[in-house]
Amino acid sequence: MELFSLSISELRSMIDKGEVSASEVTASVFRRINAVEGRIKAYVTLTGDKAGEMAEKAGGEIAAGRKKPLSGIPMAIKDNMCTKGILTTCASKILSNFIPPYESTVTTKLAANGYVLTGKTNLDEFAMGSSTENSGLHETSNPWDIERIPGGSSGGSAAAVAADECIAALGSDTGGSIRQPAALCGVVGLKPTYGRVSRYGLVAFASSLDQIGPITKNVSDSALLLNIISGRDRFDSTSAPVEAPDFTSFIGKDIKGLKIGIPKEYFIEGMDPEVDKSVKNAVRKLESLGAIPVEVSLPHTGYAVATYYVLATSEASSNLARYDGVKYGFRAEAGELMEMYMKTRAQGFGAEVKRRIMLGTFTLSSGYYDAYYRKAQQVRTLIKKDFDDVFGLVDLVVTPTTPTPAFKFGEKTADPMQMYLADIFTISVNLAGVPAISIPCGFTSGNLPVGLQMIGKHFDEGTILKAAYAYEQSTEWHMRKPDL
Amino acid sequence: MKYEVVIGLEVHAQMLTDTKIFCGCSTKFGSGPNTQTCPVCIGMPGVLPVFNKKALEFVIRTGLAMNCDISAYSRFARKNYFYPDLPKGYQISQYEHPICEHGHIEIVLDDKIRRIGITRIHMEEDAGKNIHEGAGNYSFVDLNRTGVPLMEIVSEPDIRSPEEASEYMKKIRAILRYLGVCDGNMEEGSLRCDANVSVRPEGQNEFGTRAEVKNINSFRFVEKALEYEIKRQIKRVENGDTIIQETRLWNSAKGVTESMRSKEEAHDYRYFPEPDLAPIIPDRAWIDEIKSSLPELPDAKRARFVSGFGLPEYDADLLTSERSLAGWFEEAVGAGGQPKAVSNWINGELSRLLNDTNQTIDACPLRPEHLADMLKLIDNGTISGKIAKTVFKEMYVSGKDAETIVKEKGLLQISDESAIEKAVDDIIANHPNEVERFRAGEEKLLGFFVGQVMKATKGKANPKILNELLKKKLT
Repeated sequence: MELFSLSISELRSMIDKGEVSASEVTASVFRRINAVEGRIKAYVTLTGDKAGEMAEKAGGEIAAGRKKPLSGIPMAIKDNMCTKGILTTCASKILSNFIPPYESTVTTKLAANGYVLTGKTNLDEFAMGSSTENSGLHETSNPWDIERIPGGSSGGSAAAVAADECIAALGSDTGGSIRQPAALCGVVGLKPTYGRVSRYGLVAFASSLDQIGPITKNVSDSALLLNIISGRDRFDSTSAPVEAPDFTSFIGKDIKGLKIGIPKEYFIEGMDPEVDKSVKNAVRKLESLGAIPVEVSLPHTGYAVATYYVLATSEASSNLARYDGVKYGFRAEAGELMEMYMKTRAQGFGAEVKRRIMLGTFTLSSGYYDAYYRKAQQVRTLIKKDFDDVFGLVDLVVTPTTPTPAFKFGEKTADPMQMYLADIFTISVNLAGVPAISIPCGFTSGNLPVGLQMIGKHFDEGTILKAAYAYEQSTEWHMRKPDL
Repeated sequence: MKYEVVIGLEVHAQMLTDTKIFCGCSTKFGSGPNTQTCPVCIGMPGVLPVFNKKALEFVIRTGLAMNCDISAYSRFARKNYFYPDLPKGYQISQYEHPICEHGHIEIVLDDKIRRIGITRIHMEEDAGKNIHEGAGNYSFVDLNRTGVPLMEIVSEPDIRSPEEASEYMKKIRAILRYLGVCDGNMEEGSLRCDANVSVRPEGQNEFGTRAEVKNINSFRFVEKALEYEIKRQIKRVENGDTIIQETRLWNSAKGVTESMRSKEEAHDYRYFPEPDLAPIIPDRAWIDEIKSSLPELPDAKRARFVSGFGLPEYDADLLTSERSLAGWFEEAVGAGGQPKAVSNWINGELSRLLNDTNQTIDACPLRPEHLADMLKLIDNGTISGKIAKTVFKEMYVSGKDAETIVKEKGLLQISDESAIEKAVDDIIANHPNEVERFRAGEEKLLGFFVGQVMKATKGKANPKILNELLKKKLT
């Protein structure tokens, strides 16, 4: 068994017992990167030298008896989280030369826990997309079929974890950007409750929806990372002053009597029959473990995609205004100010980003605000209420993560609406602010992974992790590796 | 036709917090360009604002002082526009849910009190500064001021003349300075004002079309800019031209307002709630605590000065324009000075001396009790009112008390009747013509004799005794 193929917990015990060193683990991961990255292209920036230093430092600390939960664990970070002194591009030309003079809160916490940074991973430009095809730099391949997309927008992080090019990764999720690529790449992706994890240093796409979370090889690694990145941060006023429990304490608890809601709105026409079958089998498996399935309804589900694309683009149109060529990043040469603004933004942003800026600018415009932005906020309240109502009846909601497995490059790029529908099952969760996980629950006949989504109450990631772990341990999907 | 003027003012006041509104950078004025900045206030990717609670306290204090309701729920909103001095491409401001609403303040004009409504007070961050000198074909941007907390105080369209506008501004400034939330310096830009101006034929109910006048950056210009704009609008109306809804800039060099942009060119700021900041739900107990810690405010003080000291509204208004001035007055009265006399000396000699020496009352070298002592010397006849002016000036310059100065300079009033009588006799003897004319009925010549005697006694003759003696000797 190669070191790079192992999980955090497996490596933790080997490193702690002195069977391998932190540097050996890092070296193994970089050997793997050298072997497969040419085909996957998960990374935007590799930080080999820095990784070597961090691994050495971790080794020193372990030797000195100052072992930390992530000492010597190589991890990849989505390239929309700021890393001091290391290029942070958001996969956009407009930030192609941006080196932050500050560190995001999440990576500060990972560093304080001894992690080793392997590099920054690819994404849809500014996290806008569902296939990583909107990256302004290059495409990333799905390790299960390199002709197919890895999902998005955290496609680089999910692909890197699936291809063993890192032990774990961080992604960000605005409408499904952790869970959808995790599902399509056959790994575990957790979007925590809005406010659970600090957004400081996460380049904003839609501030009221964005949330950082772990992408891992198994559920217990997800719990471990959530422990580390959670908590109130004085640099993020939207981080919640809520005590975080020890999430690993939920691992291994049985789920007898757990009520799981199966929302009828999530089993729709047009869904891939193999996905449908895998998810229904998973529900039966959960039932066999003692859970009680209950059919429930989330009646406003049908409005989620429209609501999302009004709110997310409105916020984005404002969040991306700072990329104007004045202070940092790309600047187009021009004779005067207005021309400089226009050329910089016309040349610096990709087509999908521009589409969303225009959409959001329109929906916030005087005369349209009430019809779009305000109305969408009202619908958002109803969607949140749907979840509140359902969580009065059940402990957990279980759905497919995506309606289809990974699709081919270019299959949906011509029709933005088709691409937007790839997130149809994940978007409501962000609007409601609740936590959700995607875990592997099967494979199609074409050997493509299928994801199962478990949605929990606000700040109840514990119940999600408990059920996800119970399911994972009763199946072998998470053990499968792509043939690279 | 007679026209009624309708004015509403938007006043921007920089708050005197030590740090910026959404980050920990210093708000100090006058440092080198971009030395008081951090990733947050220069709008780097991924950074987030954190609200300075001191700014909230300051604006609540102001709202309470201006009789506003403090909102139980308030929100920040983003005002979106592109400009190099606005690093995020939006200004964090307030829109739908301002922190303070429905207030009023009082102004005094012609000894009458007028109430001006305050529509709202909201918080926002200041922008930076573009510098066009010395940058060749480019411009420099200094972001030190970016994120300095501002409050915007918006009045109802209750103001009816440029004089009222000026009084309103003075009152706003006085209140802000009483509260210690803004230094009120218009020249340095810590207090700024935009005016919405319209005119309508007297008796008409609907408002006329308004123009917004910006860039009124000095107290002197408040009245001037408004007078110009009102004349301009009335002239247009009388010529049968329509008023265009537009934004105009006050050009102080030319003394005119100039069109900047029309309604059609107006920005669409696309306001929406700021998702990076939680709603503000101020704690009621905290508001009560702030309320109970408010100082006595200009209006209350003015009323007390009128009722307690018997001062005219005009005097009371002047004295209460600055908290320290009112304090100086009260100290002088407390030391035994007669209130109206103290007021006269403050509003006359003292304010002239302060002006001439470019001093503020806080740094006044003259002690209030010295004025009170000097007034006693006048009352008991030790010095004359005329001599007192000399004494006062000397007190101001040297900081010494009146008695010492009178002694040192030999300014004691001559109340010895025989000494004055001698001087009177001399003058009468030397001016037989004038004596004859006086006796013939030219009574105004009395002043001539008083002047001559005063001249001879270096102004020290007791005027009461002198008058009596002259009348006796001349008739």
